[in-house]
Amino acid sequence: MSTMNLTLRVWRQKGPEDKGRMVTYKVVDVSPDMSFLEMLDVLNDRLIVEGDEPIAFDHDCREGICGMCGMVINGVPHGEQRATTTCQLHMRHFNDGDTITIEPWRAAAFPVVKDLVVDRTSFDRIIQAGGFISVPAGSAPDAHSLPVQKDAADAAFDAATCIGCGACVAACPNGSASLFTAAKITHLGLLPQGQPERDSRAKAMVEQMDAEGFGGCTNTGECTAVCPKGIPLSTIARMNRDYLSAK
Amino acid sequence: MAVTGAVMVLFLVGHVLGNLKMFSGPQAFNDYAEWLRTVGEPAVPRRTVLTLVEVVLAAAVILHMWSAISLARRANKARPVKYAAKRKNQASGYATHTMRFGGLIIVLFLVWHLLDLTFAVVNPAGPAGLPYDRMVQGFALERWWVTVFYALSVIMLGLHLRHGLWSAFQTLGVGNARARQGLSAGAAVFSLLLVAGFLAVPFAVMIGVLK
Ligand code: HEM
Ligand code: SF4
Ligand code: FES
Repeated sequence: MSTMNLTLRVWRQKGPEDKGRMVTYKVVDVSPDMSFLEMLDVLNDRLIVEGDEPIAFDHDCREGICGMCGMVINGVPHGEQRATTTCQLHMRHFNDGDTITIEPWRAAAFPVVKDLVVDRTSFDRIIQAGGFISVPAGSAPDAHSLPVQKDAADAAFDAATCIGCGACVAACPNGSASLFTAAKITHLGLLPQGQPERDSRAKAMVEQMDAEGFGGCTNTGECTAVCPKGIPLSTIARMNRDYLSAK
Repeated sequence: MAVTGAVMVLFLVGHVLGNLKMFSGPQAFNDYAEWLRTVGEPAVPRRTVLTLVEVVLAAAVILHMWSAISLARRANKARPVKYAAKRKNQASGYATHTMRFGGLIIVLFLVWHLLDLTFAVVNPAGPAGLPYDRMVQGFALERWWVTVFYALSVIMLGLHLRHGLWSAFQTLGVGNARARQGLSAGAAVFSLLLVAGFLAVPFAVMIGVLK
């Protein structure tokens, strides 16, 4: 397959205090088989050779499971390809001559560290507020000592696939973190181990989410649409139900 | 949002059913309007029930707007730096993204509507006119622009409820994942019926079915 030439408009910001600006770059001979991050690697190699500062972006697993590689591509978190993280997005979805705009997640609770890298510790604090279960630590329990219904296990597992990437916040017109928080609350709340703290968990996590400065949910559904794991909106209803019954 | 919205939705259901009494003729409609004022008599003085309803509705409108404004302000604070790329909505359609703008159109409409058919100061039949005559003269063919404005606003209201109703179920955590698809379809059907009900009378007057 033939290679393509692209124009990138990338957010560059030296540090948290810098105002930042969009900078335009040309990238030539991009293979359609490259991932989006590999395409940025190629550009960064050239920037380094030219004595420029490479573009900072987060990444780790590059296989769609760590949730680090968040960036907004042409106005859509992780790009327009559904259920795909940026690292799993391939350049074959773009055309020769395209201009691609790349920006960091935009949220007050996700301050920019540098270029495309944002600080997502607000998510960690939401987890710390209640995203855990209390278990007596000791030797591993016997298998099947605690029966879990098949449909509950499946739904809990689906919710547990949330990788904490933050795309839901980035896409939400209200800057709400409801989908992330709801995924965690659903995951734990569906399992027997999660029952003792079910109500207090919902209350504590929702309150922490609000304290972090995320916006309020108006059920637009933009979050689910961009979520690389397809976490459903019904988790948010469940979070609201647990939250309301906690009060 | 959900609770105050629900109060208004209940009112709208009553309102549209009342309006449809127009098709039962002037006597039935005027009697109905009179009944609204006398209901509860002689246990309570004239207009007690109606005034109570009006107070509750006014409170619902104000609290609903207050919640909407605080949500919008929170959203603005939650994303101080906007995206450079043009927004591309990935999920829901027009109804969801016109909640704030649509709400604004609905309040403006509400003001006109009260001046027109409640206080009748901008209505040809005037404050002294009977309710049925206010309707017929208000939506007369020469005043087609009033009917058009009503129609646009009511359609906007339908869109507002199409998202709002479903959203309220979501906010209150009603139903499971499967039930929620039904709730969404139900919200659409309900909104459509409501719009049709509200538009029936003005258009029937305009084309001369009611006179
Ligand atoms: C007075 C002018 C109005 C304004 C400014 C307004 C604005 C809004 C806004 C901004 C929302 C939340 C956004 C969202 O959920 O996406 C909303 C939700 C809603 N509105 Fe309105 N609205 C108005 C009138 C009405 C009326 C007349 C009704 C019903 C008869 C209504 C029913 C609802 C319902 C049921 C919701 C959903 C509540 C929820 O999400 O929990 N609104 N409105
Ligand atoms: S809910 Fe989806 S979009 Fe949000 S953090 Fe989890 S995986 Fe990412
Ligand atoms: S780098 Fe791990 S999900 Fe993309």
